[in-house]
Amino acid sequence: MSALQVVASSSIAMLQDLGRLGQQRYGVPVSGALDAVSLRIANAVVGNPDGTAALEMFYRGPTLEVAAESVRVAAIGAALEVVSGGAGRTVAAGLSVRLARGDRLTVGPCATSLVAYLAVEGGFALAGDLGSLSTFVRAGLGGIDGRALKKGDLLPLAAASAPERAERRAPKWDLAPPARVRVVFGPQDDHFTDRARQTLIESAYTVSRQSDRMGMRLEGPALEHAKGFNIVSDGTAAGSIQVPGNGLPIVLLADRPTTGGYPKIATVASADVPSLGRLRPGATIGFEAISVEGAEAARRELEARLAALRARLDEPVRRSR
Amino acid sequence: MSETSARLLPNGDTALAVEFGERIDRATSERVLALHDRLARAALPGVVELLPTFRSLMVHYDPLRTSHAEVARRIRPLLDGLEGVSPVARRWTIPVCYDPAFALDLQEVATRTGLAPAEVVEHHSATTYHVYMIGFLPGYPYMGDLPARLALPRRENPRTQVPAGSVAIATTMTAVYTLQSPGGWHILGRTPVSLWNRRRTPPAVLAPGDKVRFAPIGMDEFARLAKQADAGELDLAPEAQ
Repeated sequence: MSALQVVASSSIAMLQDLGRLGQQRYGVPVSGALDAVSLRIANAVVGNPDGTAALEMFYRGPTLEVAAESVRVAAIGAALEVVSGGAGRTVAAGLSVRLARGDRLTVGPCATSLVAYLAVEGGFALAGDLGSLSTFVRAGLGGIDGRALKKGDLLPLAAASAPERAERRAPKWDLAPPARVRVVFGPQDDHFTDRARQTLIESAYTVSRQSDRMGMRLEGPALEHAKGFNIVSDGTAAGSIQVPGNGLPIVLLADRPTTGGYPKIATVASADVPSLGRLRPGATIGFEAISVEGAEAARRELEARLAALRARLDEPVRRSR
Repeated sequence: MSETSARLLPNGDTALAVEFGERIDRATSERVLALHDRLARAALPGVVELLPTFRSLMVHYDPLRTSHAEVARRIRPLLDGLEGVSPVARRWTIPVCYDPAFALDLQEVATRTGLAPAEVVEHHSATTYHVYMIGFLPGYPYMGDLPARLALPRRENPRTQVPAGSVAIATTMTAVYTLQSPGGWHILGRTPVSLWNRRRTPPAVLAPGDKVRFAPIGMDEFARLAKQADAGELDLAPEAQ
């Protein structure tokens, strides 16, 4: 079997793809990469389809040893430290590299983002659950036994080896989160006072340490409910901003529950949801209101930029070693 | 209620909620489920998932293949005549052991409702429940309505770990914890049946619209069925129609 073996792991790392779609009616969260843009760029660099599962790592990644004839990898959000035949070197974020049996690589630390992604050419040979390799720890779905990686794990590779070819470098892409994240008011903005809507748009919030893959908790001015803080549960979306009784907004992320019982004042535009995944606790965040049509246009613009990036990646930058 | 009472609410640029009301009631749920059936059959371009909830249908869509305006335009004509069209419901009987070993809150519920523990069990198992929605946990069914005598608010101190299979009540609802999980509902018993199995298609046994009754079983029967379940030989089937 061709594999990457985890020889050291000091932080949370798990497999994620673009999510487990079609299961929400059964109560199964979508999950998937917190920062789907970085995942897609990492996949593009190694020539994978957008939705191929990659390793998602918080702050820094594990050390992996190549147990395969060869493998090609690329990281986004962090550089790679590679040890090959006793000699170490750094491979920049966004650059693909071909490694041979026995080589070791360590991801990180993350440059500015909360998360980094490591994609491997051809992806991982794992079955996944319910149509996805995304790890959802609470229900033990996807990844390796539905959990984060631990020392000794073998990540089986779909390709036995990586062909020699020119390595690729991701074109420059600004991963800095926008100063003001775009939101569409609703579905329950009428459960809040006018002043609460204004406060959301005009205030600076701080990302709380209590945040996780389920939701980003924010600290800052409380938002005042107009009709109490309990609603009869209804559906949630990625980027839903729900406001519990204490008035502090929670932005729902990849592992969000499919339904929720707190009113949702607004929803982050899908073009800006991936950038939320890059925000570390302590970061400052602000919001800007746009229309649904504006959010749809922003998403089309993001997709056009990603398509252009993929087209440019077909041009080789240098020869493989 | 006429179709004009439904509201189409944006959830950003990837979902739209068709909201029929703000309360829990059977008539609202029937409309949600009827629209769910219609939209599932219509297979609108770009609509990727449908999620029925107590009072609304969540329509998740791909904004690159359609738009809020287009999805809303296709849904509006389907909002007429949603009353009285619900299909024949599947009926299930779920065995529950109400023994104190599992029924962690039975005594407290009895005290707070002024009933004897046996009467609580009788009320809980004499009702046929409607599955309103699946949520909170994979496969977790929100079922109602609980007999008024048993209605209590959620526990003030939620448990950090509720065992899988626990059958619980809160407000007007009853449910089964499909996975070990934190939870704030009052636990009345435990079922040996697993209502969630990631290897099964679909992975959740129950679906919104199903009708459910609980059948009391003793410890011996629980042990026998739990053994079968562990061996993968206990598959609950709906009653023959």
